[in-house]
Amino acid sequence: MAKVKVRSELRFLLNGDDVVVADVGPDETLLDYLRLRRALRGTKEGCAEGDCGACTVLVGKLAAGKLVYESVNACIRFMGSLDGCHVVTIEHLRGADGALHPVQQAMVDFHGSQCGFCTPGFVMSLYALWMRAPEPSVAAIEKALQGNLCRCTGYEAIVRAARSISRYGQAAKDPLAAERKRVTERLAALRDDARVEVGSGGRRLIVPASADDFASVLEKEPAATVVAGSTDVGLWVTKQMRDISPAVFIGGIEDLRAISEEKGVVTIGAGVTYSEAFAKLSKRIPALGRLIDRIGGDQVRNMGTIGGNIANGSPIGDTPPPLIALGATLTLRKGRKRRTIPLEDFFIAYGKQDRRPGEFVEAVLVPVPAKGEHFSVHKVSKRREEDITATLGAFYLVLARNGTVKSIRIAYGGMAATPKRASAVEAALLGKPWTEANVEAALPAYDLDFSPLTDMRATAAYRALVAKNLLMRFYQETTGTKAPLTVGRQEAA
Amino acid sequence: MNKHATPDLKAASIKGGVHVSQQHDSAHKHVAGNAVYIDDMPEPAGTLHGGLGLSTVAHGVIRSMDLSAVRTAPGVVAVLTAADVPGENDISPSAMHDDPVLADGTVQFHGQPIFCVIAQTRDQARRAARLGKIEYQEQPAVLDIWDLDPDTDRQVFPALTLKRGDAAAALARAPRRVTARMRLGGQDHFYLEGQVSLAVPGEDSEVTVYCSTQGPTETQHMVAHALGIPSSAVTVEIRRMGGGFGGKETQANQCAAIAAIAAKKLGRAIKIRLDRDEDMTATGKRHDFVIDYDVGFDDEGRILAVDYVFALRAGFSADLSGPVGDRALFHCDNAYFFPDVQARSALFHTNTVSNTAFRGFGGPQGMVGAERVIEEVAFAVGKDPLEIRKLNFYDAMGENGARNVTPYHQKVEDCIIQRIVAELEEGCSYARRRREIAAFNNNSRFVKRGIALTPVKFGISFTKTEANQAGALVHVYADGSVHMNHGGTEMGQGLHLKVAQVVAEEFQIDLDRVRITATTTDKVPNTAPTAASSGADLNGMAAQDAARQIKNRLIDFAAERYQVPRDQIVFLPNRVRVGNQEIAFNELVRQAFVARIQLSAAGFYKTPKIHWDRSKGRGHAFYYFAYGAACSEVSVDTLTGEYVVERTDILHDVGRSLNPAIDLGQIEGGFVQGMGWLTTEELVWDDKGRLRTHAPSTYKIPLASDRPKIFNVALTDWSQAYEPTIHRSKAVGEPPLPLAISVLHALSDAVASVAEHKACPRLDAPATPERVLMAIERMKAQADGPTSGG
Repeated sequence: MAKVKVRSELRFLLNGDDVVVADVGPDETLLDYLRLRRALRGTKEGCAEGDCGACTVLVGKLAAGKLVYESVNACIRFMGSLDGCHVVTIEHLRGADGALHPVQQAMVDFHGSQCGFCTPGFVMSLYALWMRAPEPSVAAIEKALQGNLCRCTGYEAIVRAARSISRYGQAAKDPLAAERKRVTERLAALRDDARVEVGSGGRRLIVPASADDFASVLEKEPAATVVAGSTDVGLWVTKQMRDISPAVFIGGIEDLRAISEEKGVVTIGAGVTYSEAFAKLSKRIPALGRLIDRIGGDQVRNMGTIGGNIANGSPIGDTPPPLIALGATLTLRKGRKRRTIPLEDFFIAYGKQDRRPGEFVEAVLVPVPAKGEHFSVHKVSKRREEDITATLGAFYLVLARNGTVKSIRIAYGGMAATPKRASAVEAALLGKPWTEANVEAALPAYDLDFSPLTDMRATAAYRALVAKNLLMRFYQETTGTKAPLTVGRQEAA
Repeated sequence: MNKHATPDLKAASIKGGVHVSQQHDSAHKHVAGNAVYIDDMPEPAGTLHGGLGLSTVAHGVIRSMDLSAVRTAPGVVAVLTAADVPGENDISPSAMHDDPVLADGTVQFHGQPIFCVIAQTRDQARRAARLGKIEYQEQPAVLDIWDLDPDTDRQVFPALTLKRGDAAAALARAPRRVTARMRLGGQDHFYLEGQVSLAVPGEDSEVTVYCSTQGPTETQHMVAHALGIPSSAVTVEIRRMGGGFGGKETQANQCAAIAAIAAKKLGRAIKIRLDRDEDMTATGKRHDFVIDYDVGFDDEGRILAVDYVFALRAGFSADLSGPVGDRALFHCDNAYFFPDVQARSALFHTNTVSNTAFRGFGGPQGMVGAERVIEEVAFAVGKDPLEIRKLNFYDAMGENGARNVTPYHQKVEDCIIQRIVAELEEGCSYARRRREIAAFNNNSRFVKRGIALTPVKFGISFTKTEANQAGALVHVYADGSVHMNHGGTEMGQGLHLKVAQVVAEEFQIDLDRVRITATTTDKVPNTAPTAASSGADLNGMAAQDAARQIKNRLIDFAAERYQVPRDQIVFLPNRVRVGNQEIAFNELVRQAFVARIQLSAAGFYKTPKIHWDRSKGRGHAFYYFAYGAACSEVSVDTLTGEYVVERTDILHDVGRSLNPAIDLGQIEGGFVQGMGWLTTEELVWDDKGRLRTHAPSTYKIPLASDRPKIFNVALTDWSQAYEPTIHRSKAVGEPPLPLAISVLHALSDAVASVAEHKACPRLDAPATPERVLMAIERMKAQADGPTSGG
């Protein structure tokens, strides 16, 4: 492997300033940096776990040479992930002549703030939306606000404001739009293909220069904490105060961020965020697109990765069950060596995955269902959006010409210590005519497959019942019925 | 220099008087990120930070406490325990002496603060706080109230009984009768800004505490008490809170007291800001209840008698649980007349965090009990619940019938619920939509719809009579600009704006001439907490009084100076007509100053007419009532219990609104907050007494996408307060929250549809998708099973 340059400081843009920091720990969050070191206190801490959005800022990054701004949660965003980025905080938002920005003025005029504590975060989320959709629909506004909690207004005034922003100015004339070219150049100039290594001893962070570099770093440091989107690792620090040094930040590695399709198989690089995956998957596998809309809010989707969702092995990760149902495989890499395994086999037991020291998840390969094949995924949670799954069922079905079940894969989250297939249910259905009576008859097999737990999200009894009912919902879907099968905010896309 | 606009001396009306929509005074700062909250203030040099060490058992005796690792952790300056409290180790707001600042000897709930680390940084303090080694002798812990007995189990405060007539006898002779019980969950406040205090030591015994508190006076007294110094040595200041909702009425005092103790001990400024998880674990919430009801009624559905027990989870100490239980009883009738009634509270001690005030203060819980009873009667007699509601309303204002006395013997004199419900029913096409929903449900196998229209009658006044007083301080400076201060606190509700509008109106000057200033105990003393929806009612009156004093002095001055009768001096917009000439307000003020007229005044107000004798359960507890009604329609997925609120229509009474835009915001926000309480917000304690839902990842407040898809909110444009309140407006903070009961009942209606509306679903709250699905399963099982004899 070619020798890489090593740099010992982070470089990024903060609002209008060039920033170079060499004294930064692996666990320092952007929020603490802004509030404590830069006295930029417009960005608030509401929860320190990426759920409330009071700390929302924008991060601009170059993706394939193009500057893209995304809303993120500063509270769980580590400084190490910002190398080469442009951080934009509420303090940077101004309209012409120092007046309020259109987003801000709309919020004022439509009474979108009461206590005001969540407001900067809402403004930043709406700003991100407005930049990409100056005339957003109510559904788009609601989606953009899934990651922002307000306890005062009941949201109605905020949504009214969001619909009216373009009355106050044009997105094209926004200061960030005007600066776009200059910022792109400045960010491009920061790129030096160097690995960043900051700190020493027990407080080190590493930003590999490329996937190859990451592979060699991890081989040397198999105990390192790999951080992609930090939507999980962030909480290890802010809530559990765990030591994550040395932390290896891979979210910015361009060659892990590819998503491509070849011969009916979509390959998703480990660094692809939910938002990036959504663009592709919502077209090719619409049910997955709809699921992604229900994972976190925009801020989490802009940071969190599908690779991370798999690699951390959670029993309630939302993407593994549908990917298992689709028959996805996983590419694992150690140094130069790669191996490919069925995704299903990656999950060995609670907290235990088939990942060897120094090895990392490089990509997940997802077969796209062919025409005539059925695929669905249903997530059930206490609150519809931005909630963690109680039970999630994913269903892949191929029927023979005679209407019998030729192939079926059913996988669940929230029902066992790992994402898990409903093998007994599948067996009960395989080869049988796909009828409501046969689906009913297969339901008792769920009790062979799963003995779910009771926790704060749901009781075992509810999980067991809903798991069965989701198969019934899937059956009804495959009948092509026009009757409503579920409730939702956005009418069926 | 002076860059404010020159006042318009020809204007027909001032900018920003009363009854006019005005943007929140801080709106431009909120959106720009430069509204300053406590944690945003520049810290004094040398500020240190506190981190709390919390109990890890629900009930136990501390056998040993080894804090050596805490003391030697990086950055640690000091560690405080109960032994470091110089005054009384108690911050009980109810004089029960049961609320230690730091636990001493025993711990009474999981998460109770035991010690406080003071370190150079907050991060160091938090890390060090986890290094304490505490051994406990664990004791049996009471973790739920379902099985507790009001007659034998421990209560934290004397219970209340309301009684009118003879409920037992009336129930015995009632033609129909239903007895059951329900469970009603609690609620975390989830103010976006958590508890925070910054204490700055002063000279001698003095200390100033910047505290996110709804009750600066109470915080001041508690800090003084814990420090063992007079209240005069303590100043508490708050410019704004990032949300309060009752959660900073008493719960702010603990951080304030600890910070002040540390500040005085170390001679350094001390900041304590709780992490969200600590905040949710260690501070009190809305009380969950178990409500037992026994209702007697006739075949028409007219209620004849009710007997209630409202049992609440007080937690380990009394805090405000007594008055919260009282207010639940005060609202067990909601808008309905009960001919014979008895209602008892049970204020159960549990080894969980001590529950506290939360918007509505027990009132919403009482009303849920009332509406459950209505629903039972409706299902029993087979009528639309709305019919039963209307049949049982109190007599309308002006109707001199006999159905107008509450269970606490107050006559309801201002009842306008009939007109509100009639207008709402018509306006939202209730009858047509009920028919459409029935047709939809007949044709939809998996998705069912439901609708409900529920009323609200909410009593306004603190039932603690001494709390119904307020003060204000108004200065008019020689340039005619006005400094306004009062005892109320700003938590987003627009109180400062409303009071400033009152002052602007009084002086007839533009609103931007009135400066809003931070609430502080050294300007206005002995104030009530901003609670019980009373902020504008009380402080608006006090500020008006202050402004009137100054205005009267200006009139006296002008009368003498210009030799015109007092009645020929009229305050016009930004000017004063004195006889035949008009003088700019600013100019008259300047002349008055030169003539050595006092241009500062302290105003005062106390609510008239109210009295309450708790021992007898009788009195005129409320100055007046606020009314409203909401109609909600839901869709329910009967396979999962998931639901959406399709539409909500609200008609709400705020009298003559001081600021319609602000009031609409309170109604929308209150409704959605109430909806969260009754739907997705679920507090779960495990069998060790640990709260498992202590962060937004596990505790789910409504999102933008949870608000009703169609959300129509209107103010009654015809109502005005029956009593001479401030400009005939009515309180708006709490009354809208229980409008959300319409969502619970709409869900119940949808659930009932799976069994042809033959039985009362008895859907408890919070009606999570799980509870909805389980209710559906219960209804299906009942419909399929053998018909029961009940």
